[in-house]
Amino acid sequence: MILEGYAVKLGDNIDTDVIIPGRYLILTEPEELAIHVFEGVYPGFHEKARKGVILVAGENFGCGSSREHAPIALKSAGVKCIIAKSYARIFYRNAVNIGLPLLESPEAPSKVDEGDLLKVDLIEGSIVNVSKGLRVAANPFPELIREIILSGGLIPYLKARFSGDAL
Amino acid sequence: MNVFEKILARASGLREVAPGEIVEAEIDLAMVHDLTAPLTIKAFQEIGLSKVWDPDRIIVIFDHLVPANTVKTAELHREIRAFVAKHGIKNFYDVGRGGICHQVMLENGLVKPGQLVVGADSHTCTYGALGAFSTGIGSTEMAAVFATGKLWFKVPEALKVELTGRLRKYVTSKDVILYLIGKIGVNGANYMGVEFTGPGLRGLSISDRATMCNMVIEAGAKAGIASPDKLVKEYLEFIGGGPIDLIGSDDDSLYRSEIAIELSEMEPVVACPSSVDNVKPVAEVEGVEIDQVFIGSCTNGRIEDLRLAAQLLRGRRIDPRVRLIVIPASTRTYLQALREGLLNIFVEAGGLVGNPNCGPCLGGHMGLMADGETCLSTSNRNFIGRMGSPKADIYLASPATAAVSALRGVITDPRGIDQI
Repeated sequence: MILEGYAVKLGDNIDTDVIIPGRYLILTEPEELAIHVFEGVYPGFHEKARKGVILVAGENFGCGSSREHAPIALKSAGVKCIIAKSYARIFYRNAVNIGLPLLESPEAPSKVDEGDLLKVDLIEGSIVNVSKGLRVAANPFPELIREIILSGGLIPYLKARFSGDAL
Repeated sequence: MNVFEKILARASGLREVAPGEIVEAEIDLAMVHDLTAPLTIKAFQEIGLSKVWDPDRIIVIFDHLVPANTVKTAELHREIRAFVAKHGIKNFYDVGRGGICHQVMLENGLVKPGQLVVGADSHTCTYGALGAFSTGIGSTEMAAVFATGKLWFKVPEALKVELTGRLRKYVTSKDVILYLIGKIGVNGANYMGVEFTGPGLRGLSISDRATMCNMVIEAGAKAGIASPDKLVKEYLEFIGGGPIDLIGSDDDSLYRSEIAIELSEMEPVVACPSSVDNVKPVAEVEGVEIDQVFIGSCTNGRIEDLRLAAQLLRGRRIDPRVRLIVIPASTRTYLQALREGLLNIFVEAGGLVGNPNCGPCLGGHMGLMADGETCLSTSNRNFIGRMGSPKADIYLASPATAAVSALRGVITDPRGIDQI
């Protein structure tokens, strides 16, 4: 499973309130949530992301709320994948569960500039910075998480394992 | 084993577990509120099951947007009520019947020491005050729990916080947890269990412990637990929780790291904009002008918090430049504050008392901030845009600091109350 997109760079501790403010949590349709993603701090992100982007961030991406609206909004806005030095744990689980791929890479922020074209191989867990002709190391997924990501999220994963009331 | 390992081992039917191990554990209780239930229901319906795993272990609480602030919210509430009725969920707390989910869970005898509890809210870690392993999860995972009653967990490494001594007057457990987050940083306990223990814990009430466990998520922790003791037993006997078994860490437990805190050395602190670890002694930011003071939330909206604030506000008037919003955390807290005459004190001081709900804390409903305004809040997050405008500043502090600052109209060390 190979993904391609242009990098959008963000800093450390990007929190869930910044990704999608609390007043929008009554929205349950991904497309409605996407319009408001990052609106308080990154006006125009929604337009930019529409073409398909890969976020490259620092430490503790997604800290704060358990709101699944955050990864849903990012995915729906056109974020194909997130690469960060580290993640807050609930966000990490939520992203995996809704099928938004994410990789942990301590060296990505120093090897990627805004706008670089990136190629990500989710099965290998490898990243290539096509614009700079560089390989960027990433931590491999634990087996279970890789299976969920490749199924497209927790619901398709559960449906593939079980069916109907036999669950 | 430490308390986190013991609880996960029991819940997954294993004799022993070790940090880093992935286990599949049986869930004792699963809680959703009005903002996370709709996505949970949607995901549960996608799985295609006709029944939830156990309607008696599912708890549904309306607290984030109550009463409904928009037609859209009202519709979501209606959908959740229909789900509750269809699946026979008895532990349902509708508008006006419960309050903030975490307080409702603590005060109704639902949570017990040693349980494994998940909630579709990040501050689910609050129940560590009663010795439970409780943690926040997302809606899709909650749907999987509704379906199977099980969830996978990575056994966390643990951080031990050894407390000694006693807090001085007008210094609270909120100051302790803010101090700790300031010291270790907003991801200083990422993925970890934080255990509060030591002789100093004995002097801290269940409410004090709830405040500390509530905010371990602000350092990235998976769960926080205050080593359960006699006080937990007495509390649960008082509220009628039935027989309990206190599960604590073994003396030879292993921890990733340990921190010692002498409570008598603590002083009032604030978390400055816009990060919970930007913690400074109140003395250093004294004089910062504030437009709004909020006393409430799952962190500091309990009766003990309201008593402390009322004690400082009694017979005084807040500064005319400030608006004070006080929101008791639950219906029980509201009634208790009413009986004790605390609500009169807040209103007579010039404050507004709201119905139990999450209110201004998440900027969803009631008390949102405008561009350029500053709020001093007893809640748990000061992220950009958390309480409304991304151009508003949020400071976090204890109810004592909040009350005294409301009187002065500027951030003020509560220990100076006698000069006012």
